[in-house]
Amino acid sequence: MTVVEVARLHKAYGARVAVRDISFSVAEGEIFGLLGPNGAGKTTTVECVAGLRRPDGGAVRVLGHDPARDRAAVTASLGVQLQDSDLQPNLRVREALALFASFYPRPADPDELLDVLGLGAQAGVRFGKLSGGQRQRLSIALALIGQPKVAILDELTTGLDPAGRRDTWELISAVRDRGVTVLLVTHFMAEAERLCDRVAVIDAGRVVACDSPSALTTRLDAQQRIRFVPSAPLDDAQLAALPGVESVSRHGDELLVVGDADALSVLTTYLARAGVLAHRLRVEQPSLDDAYLALTSTHAS
Amino acid sequence: MTSTTHPVPSASPTSSASPTSSTSPARPHPFWQLVRVEARLFARSPAAVVWTALLPIAAIIVLGVVPGTRRPSGSLGGLSPLRVYLPILMMYVLLLSAANLLPAVLSSYRERGILRRLSTTPVPPSRLLGAQGLIYLGVGVAIDIVLLVVAICCGVPVPRQLPGFVLSMLLVAAATLGIGMLITAFARTERIASALGMVVFFPMLFFAGMWIPRPTMPHLLRTISDFSPLGAGVRAVGASLEGHFPAASPLLVLLAYAVGCGAIAARRFRWQ
Repeated sequence: MTVVEVARLHKAYGARVAVRDISFSVAEGEIFGLLGPNGAGKTTTVECVAGLRRPDGGAVRVLGHDPARDRAAVTASLGVQLQDSDLQPNLRVREALALFASFYPRPADPDELLDVLGLGAQAGVRFGKLSGGQRQRLSIALALIGQPKVAILDELTTGLDPAGRRDTWELISAVRDRGVTVLLVTHFMAEAERLCDRVAVIDAGRVVACDSPSALTTRLDAQQRIRFVPSAPLDDAQLAALPGVESVSRHGDELLVVGDADALSVLTTYLARAGVLAHRLRVEQPSLDDAYLALTSTHAS
Repeated sequence: MTSTTHPVPSASPTSSASPTSSTSPARPHPFWQLVRVEARLFARSPAAVVWTALLPIAAIIVLGVVPGTRRPSGSLGGLSPLRVYLPILMMYVLLLSAANLLPAVLSSYRERGILRRLSTTPVPPSRLLGAQGLIYLGVGVAIDIVLLVVAICCGVPVPRQLPGFVLSMLLVAAATLGIGMLITAFARTERIASALGMVVFFPMLFFAGMWIPRPTMPHLLRTISDFSPLGAGVRAVGASLEGHFPAASPLLVLLAYAVGCGAIAARRFRWQ
């Protein structure tokens, strides 16, 4: 079942076009990532999905409703965590959750949600006294308090330290396990690779690729770089003649074999037949980083 | 709010059977929940409490306790200083709460993205504006009642023209609220809102007679005062304290400020 559908979305602010032509759809239960450099149009896109902005062209549907027109239907089932949105500095954590809980017909239990998000000890603390990570977690809690079917999480690990980021990732996985479909905006590759089922890479207001993170990386003409120290002398020319191997070179004791996606299995079979062990074997594969850079740089011009 | 009546796929059978579930007694209405929370936040800002509540109440008690200020004074048109300053202090309270504190709070909510976050929930941000308006006007009216009661205890006669008195106070509240909303609409940040609030605060209090009471104002100043919101307010409230129904002109001046400022504010207001 399609939960979020964006078709040919276009949005400009005056002369500046923020979103040129973006289409994607998010299936129920997915964590779907919008990935792209700053200024690519990610935030404008999710603001249109949240109904905070009216698209200039194209269509947006959330659970079959137009978020800009059908506010009541969309706000009741869509939880939104926005970039740069604070709360009243003197508002206590539990008060904020209780207040937002009163907005929804079937809210989650605020105290349980606080425990899930690791804010149980901060329930009585004022928003102004919370740390950056605690504010982010409260922000997620507020997005989830209405028991939404879909949650938009916009750049929520920006500004967090590595430990905080890792905790937040676990939290997002936990959110999905509650049955919530997640639309995640990020510019961190590692985050998308770790969390997302599918990713739309956005650059200059367009979707340049949309697939699972692993498919995006293999879609690149995947070169593997295999390094090892052989236990016995090997004939470089024979290695280079193996199917899928492009080049062989030596760095001291270490051999570097460059080849396509099948090169590793071919090489290991050859070594096993030759009775040679590969010490200190390392394989360098292209990461989502490489895929991302390749995708966004070709479209830069 | 009837936000529960739309067909959400996950709606449980029990809730679709009772379409009025949002008014069930177990769940407080979101608007009153907002009012409660915002009232609590008001009480947590010491500066607001001191300036709107404690200061004018202390001033009226001092004026009431010092014997000299209770006696009629020839230079004040036969009125006692207490009687002259009672309506001025009442204006001060409404001016401060509706045209200074309220715009600062609302601008900061807009600046911090609180209104924007609210617009992603089933409760529109206009409810927060409504809750804030209710609180600041409520605080203003409550303190004005305290001022009046203290003054009556110190010898100021009970307003015999009660309908005129209530009408005048309502119009003053509406005019100051209109000015406050106008400031909120034009100020992009909390700092600008506070600065604009100060810019209108002192001239308006001046023409209300805070430093030169209206009876001692030169003719020109008093004419300007007649057309200023709080000058008109002091005129209308003063007349009703004397037992007359206020003249039409101050009431119309107040009404014009309320409607004019409110209309411009509504046109210019931005949620983000």
